[in-house]
Amino acid sequence: MARKIPEIPSASLADIAFMLLIFFLVTTTMDVDSGLERRLPQWVDQEQLENDDQQIRERNVFIVLVNRNNDLLVEGEYANIEDLRERAKEFMANPFNDESLPEKEPQEVPYFGEYMVTKGVISLQNDMDTQYGTYIAVQNELVAAINELREELSQQQFGKSYESLTPEEQDAVRQIYPSRISEAEPKKVGGN
Amino acid sequence: MHKFRKDGGKELPPISTASLPDIVFMLLFFFMVSTTMREVTYMVRIRLPVATELSKLEKKSLVSYIYVGEPLQQYQKTFGVAPRIQLNDQFANIEDIQDYVIAEREARDEAERPMMITSLKVDENTKMGIVTDIKQELRKSAALHINYSSRKRAER
Repeated sequence: MARKIPEIPSASLADIAFMLLIFFLVTTTMDVDSGLERRLPQWVDQEQLENDDQQIRERNVFIVLVNRNNDLLVEGEYANIEDLRERAKEFMANPFNDESLPEKEPQEVPYFGEYMVTKGVISLQNDMDTQYGTYIAVQNELVAAINELREELSQQQFGKSYESLTPEEQDAVRQIYPSRISEAEPKKVGGN
Repeated sequence: MHKFRKDGGKELPPISTASLPDIVFMLLFFFMVSTTMREVTYMVRIRLPVATELSKLEKKSLVSYIYVGEPLQQYQKTFGVAPRIQLNDQFANIEDIQDYVIAEREARDEAERPMMITSLKVDENTKMGIVTDIKQELRKSAALHINYSSRKRAER
C-alpha cells in the first residue's frame, strides 16, 4: 500500500451517456405506417353526372370487375389475379399498336420529344359485397403495372431507375404513363 | 508474464456510482423513443391487407386515421359484430365522417391543409360497401388524398 490510485474523474461520463443516447436516437428506425396511396376524384353532383356526355371509346377502356364472390372479370372474360398485372401492362403500353388496344396520340414530352401517349383508362368496378382484401390486391396489381411500365421506360431512356430520376424527368415519364385508374360508382355485378 | 501476476497488497478502489443515474436515464430515453405509441386505443379488430406497391406516410402530423373493422369482444354486446367505423376513440356513423374531416382540417395550419392525407385502416375481411360509403363521404368533404394502409408482402 504505497499510494492510493487517484479516483477516475466522472465528469465526462455524462457526456458519454449523452453521446450514446443521441446515437440510439438517430439509428433507431421506428416502423412507419405505409400503404397504397391513391387520389379520389372530385365530388360531382348527381345531375351533373347525368349531363356528362364525355364519351370514351370502348377500346380505350380496360374494364376490371370484381363481384361479390371476389371473382375477376377482365374485359368481359374471367381472369386470375396473377394475370392482371401483365394484362394491364399490355393494355397501357400497347407495344404493337393493336387495333383492340387503346389509341395513342402524339404529345410533346420533355426529354422524349414527340411521343405517342396512350389514351387508355383503367376502370375498376366492385360490388358492395366484395372483400376489402381482394379490392386492395386488385388495386395493387394495377398500380404495380403502371409502376413497372414507368420503371422500364426510365431504364430505357435514362438508363437508371425511376426513383433516382430528377423531378422533371419523373414528370415526363408520368406524362407518358399516367396513373389513370378510375373507379365507377358501386353497383351490383352478378354472382348471385 | 509477470504483468498478470496479482500484486496482492494493492486494493482496488470502489467503482464510482456517480454515472449510474446517467445510464438509467439513457435506458429510459431509449425505451421512450423506440416504443411506438398508438394514436388511439383500437376498439375494432383490424388485420390489414397485404400489398407490394407501398408508399410511406412520412409526416405523421398530416395524417388523420379512419379505422374500420369488427368491434372487439368487449364491445360486441353493445355494438354487434358487423364492421363499424372508429374515429378517434369512439364508434361513429357514416354521417360523422364529414364533421371529423372538417375538425381534423381545422386543427392543422393553413399551409399544411392541402397536404393532408387520410389513412384508411380497414380490416381485410370487411365488405366494400362500407368502404365505398366512406370514400364517397371523403369525396364530399374534399379529402381526396387517401392511403389504404397495408402490410408489406414479398414480391412474387
